[in-house]
Amino acid sequence: MRQKKPIQTHLRQLKTVLPFLAPSLGGLCVFVLIPFADTVRRSFCNAMGNRWVGLTNYTQVLTNSAFQLAAENTAKFLCVCLPLLLGVSLALALMVRAQHRKNSVFQSTFLLPMAVPVSAIVLLWKVLFSDSGLVNGVIASLGGEPVSFLSTNAAFWVLVVTYLWKNAGYDMILWLAGLDNISRDLYEAAAADGAGPLQQFRYITLPELRPMVGVVGLLSLINSFKVFREAYLVAGNYPHESMYLLQHLFNNWFLDLDMGRLTAAACLMVLVLLGVIALGRRYWRLETG
Amino acid sequence: MKHVKRVALYAALLALALLIWWPLWFIVMGIFLPADELSVLLGPVFGEGEGYARWFLLPSWPTLESLAELLLDTPEFFAVFWNSCKQAFPQAIGQLLVGAPAAWAFARLRFPGRRALFGVYVVLMLLPFQVTMVPSYLVLNGLNLMDTVWAVILPGIFSTYPVFIMTRGFEAIPKSVIEAAELDGAGQGAIFFRLGLPMNLPGLISAFVLGFLEAWGAVEQPMTFLESAENWPLTLYLPQVVMDNLGLSMAASFIALLPALLIFLFGQRYLEQGILQGAVKE
Repeated sequence: MRQKKPIQTHLRQLKTVLPFLAPSLGGLCVFVLIPFADTVRRSFCNAMGNRWVGLTNYTQVLTNSAFQLAAENTAKFLCVCLPLLLGVSLALALMVRAQHRKNSVFQSTFLLPMAVPVSAIVLLWKVLFSDSGLVNGVIASLGGEPVSFLSTNAAFWVLVVTYLWKNAGYDMILWLAGLDNISRDLYEAAAADGAGPLQQFRYITLPELRPMVGVVGLLSLINSFKVFREAYLVAGNYPHESMYLLQHLFNNWFLDLDMGRLTAAACLMVLVLLGVIALGRRYWRLETG
Repeated sequence: MKHVKRVALYAALLALALLIWWPLWFIVMGIFLPADELSVLLGPVFGEGEGYARWFLLPSWPTLESLAELLLDTPEFFAVFWNSCKQAFPQAIGQLLVGAPAAWAFARLRFPGRRALFGVYVVLMLLPFQVTMVPSYLVLNGLNLMDTVWAVILPGIFSTYPVFIMTRGFEAIPKSVIEAAELDGAGQGAIFFRLGLPMNLPGLISAFVLGFLEAWGAVEQPMTFLESAENWPLTLYLPQVVMDNLGLSMAASFIALLPALLIFLFGQRYLEQGILQGAVKE
């Protein structure tokens, strides 16, 4: 680099960068960053946004029973779904890989649900899971007791299955890449020492994949917020209380234009997510250059 | 022994794949069923008829009358389909137009605050819609854009996820190639257009495929920002028609699926690449 005063170098750099960055950054400022600052400000104000009320909105959100129900359900959903999803998708990846074949039909198949818009399967889900739906038809023909899938606690599990159905392929792709990165020599050495497939999995595959768990988990967490689509389209604004999630709550507060609570809840959610991101950063290639 | 294992593996894969093939086959077969057969089979679900819904693997009397009715006699469906296109394509294309130069700046240019700014982009990409919904509403309302297609398109264009994917792609271009062009005296604009864009074509396609699938399936954004039914895309329209007319909603489900399916079939490689761009440490 030529010897120049740093400030001049910076100015020159900015002049080159600006044409590239300005459209994106400008839009981001207008549509996200500036209104987000306003959101933070409003979370400390009354509903009209013109009087300072301190932490009132926050205490109202945290003591609200609907919020507690939704937060509990969401936490429960994540605690059940994320481990299940990581396990199922890893199993899929291992199976697809065991075929020893490029361009596996199964690999495409498992990824396919990601592309299926929820709206296209709404009708099908109703047909499958309603009280006199196909699943209950099968249960009845096997002599079992029909289940009210959408109006009992079973609704929660319908949501879990849907989430797995839609997202397992996405995570499978990540695991496949992770498996590809494990050196073959490790396996060959282990096989030479007489280690069976299970031992190889336990002592080579799992430890080698460990650094990826954080990434896959974080991405799955992000994708899990979209499960609201399935829940909403199948069961509407007020589903069975076992699948009333934070997303429903946000939506309903939005319909009421309850800006005080809404802004406070949004800020709380950002804080939690920032915490998660800070924890996951170590495992994740997020930085540039 | 080895054969037994192989057969078992295939059987297991096949069983799992059926969980995905069957639902899709359900939708495809649905368009071939005449409306009266549909209501006999699925009637119980919608409160008509006794017993449980039934379904067969193949239609007994294939016809395309529902599809024809949808395409020929339901002008409102065209309006809805067109709404979906009007919201999804501009979003996905706009993301490339706005995002590609920004990605180039992050990957190839040096400027003060670059890392910090990229960090902001990453955090924004991770925030769920429920969080950004409030700020977006505040500004859309202020600009009087609520209940117009722009309310869905504009915030979508400035999504930071495509920027992230494309940045990864631009970073992968070998430094020597760019340096050679710089030595020849090419300006940054020329390098971006003549070298960067063509060499990162896969990255651009990845971003497009992911962006389109996301926009095509979007529920939250249109639901929040579009009040009048005349602006609704397929995702909001479909759950409404289900009750009225089974044949029509079957056909509509199929049409809603089709563009996403085509994009998937042609862009699967790029989709996988896009998924990996965000995650894998090299």
